[in-house]
Amino acid sequence: MKTGRGSILLIVAGVAGLLPTSLGAAEIAVDARQYPGPAWSPYLVGALLGVLSWLTFYFSDKPIGASSFYATIAGLLGKLVARKHTEKLAYYKSNPPVVDWEFAFVLAAIAGAFVAAFTGGEIIAEWLPEMWQARFGEESLGLRTAVAGLGGILMAFGARVAGGCTSGHGISGTLQLNVGSWIAVICFFIGGIAVAMPLFAL
Amino acid sequence: MIDLGKAVKTSSVAEPAAVESGGRLLGAVLFGLAFGFLLQKGGVGKYHILMGQLLLQDFTVVKIMLTAIVVGMVGIFTLHRFAKVNLHIKPTRLGPNIIGGLIFGAGFALIGYCPGTAAAALGQGSYDALFGMAGLIVGSYLYAEFSKPLKASVEKWGDKGKLMLPEALRIPRPVFIPLFACLLVGVLVALGRFTVR
Repeated sequence: MKTGRGSILLIVAGVAGLLPTSLGAAEIAVDARQYPGPAWSPYLVGALLGVLSWLTFYFSDKPIGASSFYATIAGLLGKLVARKHTEKLAYYKSNPPVVDWEFAFVLAAIAGAFVAAFTGGEIIAEWLPEMWQARFGEESLGLRTAVAGLGGILMAFGARVAGGCTSGHGISGTLQLNVGSWIAVICFFIGGIAVAMPLFAL
Repeated sequence: MIDLGKAVKTSSVAEPAAVESGGRLLGAVLFGLAFGFLLQKGGVGKYHILMGQLLLQDFTVVKIMLTAIVVGMVGIFTLHRFAKVNLHIKPTRLGPNIIGGLIFGAGFALIGYCPGTAAAALGQGSYDALFGMAGLIVGSYLYAEFSKPLKASVEKWGDKGKLMLPEALRIPRPVFIPLFACLLVGVLVALGRFTVR
């Protein structure tokens, strides 16, 4: 218990020190606002996401969440490659990888986003985001693959340790006034800002 | 122990089934379609809008999240008061919430999408989301690989059980929720005034 608190304090102090440093480094190379904004008002979209959460609670008895989708895919693939080993892992013992509600939900979200982009004339069809190209050049597909892949690994690992992601904690947990979710989402942004600032600093 | 709610709805799902029924999966598909649709319309499938938030240039993400929280909170707690929904509260564990949260955030800045918005990004044709999704799958397995020692160590640090803000602050829910909604709306109004986007 004592060591636990000590480590938490140490990490918080470390990031709290990193944050002003990165904010201070401030000269940011690219202005994100020169690229197209959202199609709809963020307040309208936010309100509709709130209503959507009423519906998933009422009809499906489920909070909105996304990160477990990737854990399910990882478990299903793991079972294809090394069935016994995967089934023995503590996480998959308590969360057996099956095509479940969250799985169908996130898969359908890909299609929903396609419909939204298609009907709104916003299909992007590109391998490198414009803002990434402005910072790292047009010939940076290899770098993007490595950075996004590493980011994904860290993000999924962090989500599993924290118990959720920007959907499960960031929307569903916070709206239920869960203390741990508020702490987690604040840490998502602290960690994100602390890495994004140096990444885009001149 | 905190009473998580006076109103209790009997769960429609008695046992977590090994395979979900067709009807429940149909619901998941319909709600998932709406979720992805809204994320794309909100612009949060776009790399520059998510990175713009982390660079504190574009506040679209925070505006969407806070609005969803206000609307969701008022509705869910009203439905819960009349025993129409169950709450789904995850335990508060300070150690994993903070450490996992910071690792998640660092990954967020590198990939530029989060687990849900990566799905929206892929749907609108931002193919680099695929690299991030591959990483998310690898990272999930990596966690599972170490889940036994993690559950026995980090994940036990600062375990507070199921803890909600009104109970933590000792304010009755019917008082806390309207006050908190006003506070969040105040933050939204301030963001609207002082941010360009």
